Amino acid sequence: MNVGLPHFLTVGAVLFALGLFAVMSRRNAVAILMGVELMLNAANVNFVAFSRYVQDGIDGQLMAAFVIVLAAAEAAVALAIVLALYRNYGTVHADTAQSLKR
Amino acid sequence: MIRDLVFVLLALLTVVPAFWVVFSRNIVHAGFALLFTLVGVAGLYGFLGADFLAVTQLMVYVGGVLVLVLFTVMMTHVPAAKRSRHGLDRYVPPAVFAAAVFGVLYKVITAVKWNVGEASTAPTTTEIGTQLMTNYVFPFEYVSIVLLAAMVGAAILIRERSHAGSDDAIAEEKQEARP
Repeated sequence: MNVGLPHFLTVGAVLFALGLFAVMSRRNAVAILMGVELMLNAANVNFVAFSRYVQDGIDGQLMAAFVIVLAAAEAAVALAIVLALYRNYGTVHADTAQSLKR
Repeated sequence: MIRDLVFVLLALLTVVPAFWVVFSRNIVHAGFALLFTLVGVAGLYGFLGADFLAVTQLMVYVGGVLVLVLFTVMMTHVPAAKRSRHGLDRYVPPAVFAAAVFGVLYKVITAVKWNVGEASTAPTTTEIGTQLMTNYVFPFEYVSIVLLAAMVGAAILIRERSHAGSDDAIAEEKQEARP
């Protein structure tokens, strides 16, 4: 086996499929967020792999850096929403959040 | 040979805990499994010669996002009785869809003849810094504004309503203080 681009892309595809499954099947809002993080990491692995193997340059790594920053911002806001949800409803199940105002 | 072994170990370190994240019933276990997945992804970055990104991944994800997630998990404890038990019908459609997406992705990965070139393994930090201050200066500034907005938004979302200092609360306090 000679490690190349397809191997990294496969790892990315596995991570993405797992994240997608978590987002669609989990009810706990924090678990859904974990699925989103998995999908973002899958995209990042692909960005860096393409940057290394296909394109001559560093643009893919810069894209991955921006994705990391946006993921951090997204996690902060999403977890704040989860805490507000918990305070108002006493649960973190995404299905229970059906109204904008209590 | 050692290269292959290192890659296989890193890939396993990334993928196996990811399964644990998705399928574990215990959300705390899922959070700690996510730790290993994120460390594995950082290792893959290092393997790909992206040293700056590997360190960033460790600092931002493992040091920041994951701690935030675990804090939230521990602050929002749901008693076991309130956890819902649901049947297989909740898992089958997402499983089929995710498997289909993976199938399509894998088909594309194997079918396409990738134009793979030789890449340098030089350190990337200098180049990333140069690019951030030249070609990517606008996205760089934009992302800083997004971070500021997210920080303010999170602080507003999470504040206690009763002590928020809103007009109603201030008016009530004045009325109480008057007699």
